[in-house]
Amino acid sequence: MGKTLYDKVYDRHVVYQGEDQPSILYIDLHLIHEVTSPQAFEGLRMNNRVVSRPDRTLATMDHSIPTTDRLLPFRDEVAKKQVKTLEENCREFGIQLFDLQSEKQGIVHVIAPELGLTQPGQTIVCGDSHTSTHGAFGALAFGIGTSEVEHVLATQTLKQDKAKTLAINITGELPKGTSAKDLILSIIGKYGHDYATGHVIEYRGEVIQNLTMEERMTVCNMSIEMGGRAGLIQPDEVTFNYLKDKQYVPKGEQWEEALSEWRLLYTDDDAVFDQTVEFDASEVVPQVTWGTNPGQGAGITDVVPSPENLPITQRKAAEKALQYMGLQSGTPFDSIKLDKVFIGSCTNSRIEDLRKAAKIVSGYRVADSLHALVVPGSQTVKRQAEKEGLDQVFIKAGFDWRESGCSMCLGMNEDVVLEGERCASTSNRNFEGRQGKGARTHLVSPEMAAAAAIKGHFVDVRNWVTKEREEVGS
Amino acid sequence: MEPFTSFTGTAVPLDVDNVDTDAIIPKQFLKRTERTGYGQFLFYDWRFKVGKERQDFILNEDRYQGASVLLARKNFGCGSSREHAPWALSDYGFRVIIAPSFADIFYNNCFKNGILPIVLSEDDVDLLFQRTNEKKGYQLSVDLESQRVIDSHGFEAYFEVTPYRKRLLQKGLDEIGSTLEFKDKITSFEEKHRIYYTIERNEKASI
Ligand code: SF4
Repeated sequence: MGKTLYDKVYDRHVVYQGEDQPSILYIDLHLIHEVTSPQAFEGLRMNNRVVSRPDRTLATMDHSIPTTDRLLPFRDEVAKKQVKTLEENCREFGIQLFDLQSEKQGIVHVIAPELGLTQPGQTIVCGDSHTSTHGAFGALAFGIGTSEVEHVLATQTLKQDKAKTLAINITGELPKGTSAKDLILSIIGKYGHDYATGHVIEYRGEVIQNLTMEERMTVCNMSIEMGGRAGLIQPDEVTFNYLKDKQYVPKGEQWEEALSEWRLLYTDDDAVFDQTVEFDASEVVPQVTWGTNPGQGAGITDVVPSPENLPITQRKAAEKALQYMGLQSGTPFDSIKLDKVFIGSCTNSRIEDLRKAAKIVSGYRVADSLHALVVPGSQTVKRQAEKEGLDQVFIKAGFDWRESGCSMCLGMNEDVVLEGERCASTSNRNFEGRQGKGARTHLVSPEMAAAAAIKGHFVDVRNWVTKEREEVGS
Repeated sequence: MEPFTSFTGTAVPLDVDNVDTDAIIPKQFLKRTERTGYGQFLFYDWRFKVGKERQDFILNEDRYQGASVLLARKNFGCGSSREHAPWALSDYGFRVIIAPSFADIFYNNCFKNGILPIVLSEDDVDLLFQRTNEKKGYQLSVDLESQRVIDSHGFEAYFEVTPYRKRLLQKGLDEIGSTLEFKDKITSFEEKHRIYYTIERNEKASI
């Protein structure tokens, strides 16, 4: 019997397979940030242990840092201590750190791919559940807790049983005016917030092959929102073209060797998945979530659902969600007014996302009633956007243009949605309190967020009239 | 970590699906650099309103004070990988969580922190919710060795747990220590395993 892509990557990393314990799996790349690592380093110190492979470990600061002027002192003392602790730990254990002064700083899941550290066939872990993002390259990438961060630091391995596999075959064609974000939100909406628990998902089919790398990252990023342990996409020419010449990618002869190795990373025709489902992308419409988990969403042309019309098992949760969200059943989505718009996060803060949002925004102004901000995923994205003049498009329209970080995705810094406020957000989670206590989050694509910022309420971006932008920048 | 063998405690029913780790411990409490002291922040936004206990939240009811078994609904612990969630639950006093399903990362994190997450069928969980609501001071007992949950009214259910995780709880194993015993295997694996780059050392490194 053939092997799935997951089997191939997993098997290549098994250091030891015992009878009485999970396999010891080698970890190629360990990404670290300030929030889930301090207790792990403390554990190492307490046991007199060292970091096994600092050369396979990279740290950045992203979660709790301010996105305003980097030269100003931190206003939050506790966050400041956390960031300082990371600096000290990286110094003590010899780990490379892209700190706030670094031109490579950014959200951990944005920087590793853009530096070329994320490569096909690798195992990648990080103390953050959206590590699934890196699966877009055919790398087995998943989030771990702090005890496991410590385990990887000390041993460069992880103990893990094999997961089940789920194939999502995506057929049809993604309609014009819809995006990768709409695709993944539709899939989660169809199958539910916990459908893939215990499974590694492989996204397959022509629709996936036609996505750019950044779009594939958006899809894999949200695997965890369906409960998936990881998301995978078979690497192909799109992957290789993206990677070529990136900083950490091999060059010359080694590049050719890498390529021939990476080309073997696919699911064999006769491989069997534990579960397979089909999803028709032609039906996808721009999505807006109405509830408090990413599976509670609908198309922009729909109305806020009535819990009575939902399957009985979903009713109670839907009632609770609607109450929290302050929404009436039957309300058309395009009449929902907003207080904030956030374009950013590891789901949608890459250069293509910003280009798409800027295209909508260009020539318009943000509605007076709301506050909108764009937070690039990394300093590299920010520089590129500025080179293309995208920053000017946003600033002219009335958006805040910020430094890179997680920002309002989780509101650990000062970028929060206030109690009762409603936010259109390009991030990945609409949980109660996620963007701030009592905050009401609607997940959307960058295009939908941009259009909503202009109109002050949701609109169907498929009907948007774009205006030509005068050429700015070099 | 206290070894876990058998345990009896008061149960409290949290009748909400998809309880996420943002609800278990909101992000404003993730900035601390310690592992302890998170119990006071458990379910913070549900438990407190402007610093005062909310009477309408189940954990604040008199009859559930001192509860150590949490009854929960499906997909408990979904969302972020933050281990602060089990830290908060265990610091508050929970040793056992019973639900029809758990999110993967959370489930795994529990075993590293002396909490036993138990998956029972929807029907069994329903029954336990019912009994907890009806009987004041309702207690559940768990025996890890025989993998059973029982009450004193005739309820008995078997649950699955891998032998390794069972040992982890029973013995309070040092997982890192046990992996390091395979150091030779790891080293020889590294010798033939190809990775195409090396990340530079921190130039400010002190060692
Ligand atoms: S942007 Fe949001 S989801 Fe992504 S790593 Fe940061 S906090 Fe997590």
